[in-house]
Amino acid sequence: MRYLPLDASERGAMLSRIGVPNIEALFADIPADNRIQGLLDMPLAKSEMAVERAMTTIANRSLAAGSVPFFLGSGAYRRHIPATVDHLIQRSEFLTSYTPYQPEIAQGTLQVLFEFQTQVAALTAMEVANASMYDGSTACGEAMLMAHRLTRRNRSVISGGLHPQYVDVCATLAHMAGDKIVRLAPDLKANEDIAAAIDNETSCVIVQSPDFFGNPRDLTPIAAAAHAHGALLIAVFTDPVALAAVRSPGEMDADIAVGEGQGLGNALNFGGPYVGLFATRAKNVRQMPGRLAGETVDAEGRRSFVLTLSTREQHIRREKATSNICTNSGLCALAFSIHLTLLGGVGLERLAKVNHANAVQLAERLSAIPSVEIVNPHFFNEFVVRTPRPAAELIEALAKRGVIGGLPVSRLLPGAGLDDCIIVASTETNTEDDRAAYAQALGSCLQ
Amino acid sequence: MNVQGRPTRPETVASSMGETFTGNRGLDMEEALIFETGRFDATGVDIDEPPSFHSKLGPHGRHSAIELPGLTEPEAIRHYVRLSRNNYSIDAGLYPLGSCTMKHNPRLNEKMARLPGFADVHPLQPVSTAQGALEVIEALSNALLTLTGMDAIAMSPKAGAHGELCGMMAIKAAIEARGEGETRHMVLVPDSAHGTNPATAALIGYSVRSIPAGEDGIVGAEAVRSALAPDVAAIMLTNPNTCGLFEREIIGIADAIHEAGAYFYCDGANFNAIVGKTRPGDLGVDAMHINLHKTFSTPHGGGGPGAGPVVLSSRLAAYAPVPFVVREGGALRLIEHADGCESFGRMCAFHGQMGMFVRALTFILSHGADGLRQASEDAVLSANYIRASLNDVMSAPFGDRPCMHEALFDDRWLKDTGLTTLDFAKAMIDEGYHPMTVYFPLIVHGAMLIEPTESESKASLDLFIMAIRNLAIAAKAGEGRGFQAAPVHAPRRRLDETRAARQPVLRWTKPAPV
Amino acid sequence: MPEIRYSKDHEYIRVEGGEGLVGISNYAQQQLGDVVFAEPPPVGKALKKGDPAAVVESVKAASDVFAPASGEVLAVNTEVESTPGLINEDALGRGWLFRIKLADASELSALMDEAAYADFLKTLA
Repeated sequence: MRYLPLDASERGAMLSRIGVPNIEALFADIPADNRIQGLLDMPLAKSEMAVERAMTTIANRSLAAGSVPFFLGSGAYRRHIPATVDHLIQRSEFLTSYTPYQPEIAQGTLQVLFEFQTQVAALTAMEVANASMYDGSTACGEAMLMAHRLTRRNRSVISGGLHPQYVDVCATLAHMAGDKIVRLAPDLKANEDIAAAIDNETSCVIVQSPDFFGNPRDLTPIAAAAHAHGALLIAVFTDPVALAAVRSPGEMDADIAVGEGQGLGNALNFGGPYVGLFATRAKNVRQMPGRLAGETVDAEGRRSFVLTLSTREQHIRREKATSNICTNSGLCALAFSIHLTLLGGVGLERLAKVNHANAVQLAERLSAIPSVEIVNPHFFNEFVVRTPRPAAELIEALAKRGVIGGLPVSRLLPGAGLDDCIIVASTETNTEDDRAAYAQALGSCLQ
Repeated sequence: MNVQGRPTRPETVASSMGETFTGNRGLDMEEALIFETGRFDATGVDIDEPPSFHSKLGPHGRHSAIELPGLTEPEAIRHYVRLSRNNYSIDAGLYPLGSCTMKHNPRLNEKMARLPGFADVHPLQPVSTAQGALEVIEALSNALLTLTGMDAIAMSPKAGAHGELCGMMAIKAAIEARGEGETRHMVLVPDSAHGTNPATAALIGYSVRSIPAGEDGIVGAEAVRSALAPDVAAIMLTNPNTCGLFEREIIGIADAIHEAGAYFYCDGANFNAIVGKTRPGDLGVDAMHINLHKTFSTPHGGGGPGAGPVVLSSRLAAYAPVPFVVREGGALRLIEHADGCESFGRMCAFHGQMGMFVRALTFILSHGADGLRQASEDAVLSANYIRASLNDVMSAPFGDRPCMHEALFDDRWLKDTGLTTLDFAKAMIDEGYHPMTVYFPLIVHGAMLIEPTESESKASLDLFIMAIRNLAIAAKAGEGRGFQAAPVHAPRRRLDETRAARQPVLRWTKPAPV
Repeated sequence: MPEIRYSKDHEYIRVEGGEGLVGISNYAQQQLGDVVFAEPPPVGKALKKGDPAAVVESVKAASDVFAPASGEVLAVNTEVESTPGLINEDALGRGWLFRIKLADASELSALMDEAAYADFLKTLA
């Protein structure tokens, strides 16, 4: 078998060396009644050619986003990723290396993490960032728990503009940990009164900007209200490119910034693997979950990098750890970092501008269709479209016409009275032809 | 008092004049940070300026510039290629890391994961346009259920620790559904457990009661019985355990747990030892996470991404988190909302680590029932081969007995040499090996845990054994100084970890103008 | 002359007047390795004997420091917070962690004196 180097005679020699007659002797501790006799009911080994054929057949049963005009975001964004990124992350030394616990032979990974941490801190305008979490939603949940530890309170207030699945993740964690959550109603127009929900028992306020409905928000007054009550502001984002166009968490006095990094360097991959970004103020660093790469020197005085402040983590602190996280999202963080290194601040700002310009042009086209309303006064690259038709069936109708038109809000927020709303996203990958196709298809669907 | 401290600073910090002008040593190259080599006004991506348009950002535009350097493609490739060469990797050599299962990462997995029908599919596309993606989830679920003999599976956890959290949340939900949420607040955890186990229990409000391993390195059913009380919600047991041994009293343990009205969580990190040989479902397990990045070959990537799907018994199936994939007639549907069913909620946005599912499914299809069983047998065979070849020069904590897929040694054999497990590990680096897992499990002094996996040829195993034997003999012959200076051939010598923790520098900062 | 007593968890308490200066023993700092962080209890906190009072961390290990006797925290060693290495250099002197007002002097009899602690350490080797 192509992945198993030992042959029969070698196995025999090894058994002799061990001093047992057969391989079953090494499985003797398994209770006799529970040993599998023969093989399990599954197909036998297949050649590479056969496996490729089988998997390709399955792959062909999904529609690839790049093959149609595509306008769906809502937490995951289709970006053009430079060819360099995927090439580099497939280098053996990045792809098949382990967590850098032996720093002498892991300086590649450690230096990349140090650069990544710096990039995330710069992007969010915060002081320090960790080496990644699983994704934006779990980073959000971890930020909530961190706020509880810092304030010694356990009541969080969650904006109605936070991605509904992020809300569910926080709610599940809170319920299990015995914490309290105040969930504000879905906030289509960013006009909820969050400050009114904050009191002296609030540990944190969790607000997304740009929010789930595409509205950029000014979180500065919310930060002030939170701080006045001894609570923390957690600012969330779902597209890292947005931070190059709208005000960043740090500029708005957030205490913790968390978000999804998939939008740089990482393909859509039907929802994972993604990469959680997590940044905070330097004074909170000991309560921050996740790994941290730090700078030091080696025995010859050469600058080096090493995982540090490990006493926060599970392998040392065990039940008193800041989190149970072990494996994070190293390779996805690398992809994010390479993409951002190629872009630089200048390129990222220009990329954000193109995203915004494309969204603006799309909005203009769509709003020209009778009975189509663009809800948002302001947006970055996502906005809400309202039509007389129920959004879910409209999206299906558009799909039949070869256009992926966005997310029907009712899919993630059933029963919120927003069944006529679609969240439409636009990135730099959309062309003028795409926009024309969408407008055309939408126009016919609404006749 | 925690006795896990060890030296974290090199003996000498002497700056050495590089023998070369560049500081490079042939192919062994120094590489600065992008913030030092890149230009802050440059970009390596060509993006056309959009035609003029009316901004819709309103008052929300960012004010401060993002000060990050850009590198052109040739500069970027050189930067990352040079960095990569400072990393050890499975592709370059054996990683004997116990409990990590550093097996070969098949390249077919990478090719399949990049098919547009897998990689370029958005999680929220209309489900009718994502049937292939759902089929991968269904096929992998079925395979994992067959391999484990369990009744249901939660696919969404993003890593092993996340899977532990999922399994324990399902248990907590089941207990609350029985109305015993107030009384059962204790979780039994062997003292040999991985740190994620007690950390997970604590995250959801459980207290931990430690169970000591016996003299033979396994958990006794009697020890479990004595620790059981009406306040126990669950036990978290690793099988095979972190000492590399099969918990042979597992049936008795499972019975005791269930009789007491508690649940059996199994940490499946070491599943590679028993795939195709026994099924956790037959052993009384209620929930077990599977590390796809261990047993099923998805690449470690320098620290993730992983994937930690959780198989569940019929006792817990109803509480599985959303989303799950169901087949209705000819089509696959995604259940995304927990209302209307007993699901305990949601672990993460979207549907799980699809990219890792494709890789794991490709691995399973490649190996098949026969290949998977052979892989486990070879993993166990190789570990025992190493054990039998080293147990005359190194000491094993639980006597001369077979292990499963990993061999455990302690540091008693280093007594009187003045050397520690750490020194021995660093000397391995100069021999071209990543050290084995050290100082884990915590119950064994100076532990050394070696797991070769099934991916090593006999020649590779023999070379490894030769190197370790000779190092062990040298250590015992009193050649201490070489060990304490090691590594000398790696890109870096021992690091000052004390300084890194006392004066944390966690990012590059622009130097103040002179 | 301040009397020094040790607990089985390797804390010491140096008693003078009705107050006790608490820290970790020389053995403890050796076991931990280079100390990188120390977090004393807040001033004013009322500790009961055996309560977790402070935390001391090295790179690879974290240890709770338990109150060897009951009392209110009168002062903490801020020098150790900024220079945790003092705990390694001079655990019994400048590396002290916090001072308490003894609530019940009779608790001290349960602790070991210098000689008894030295014997105790021999049993651990």
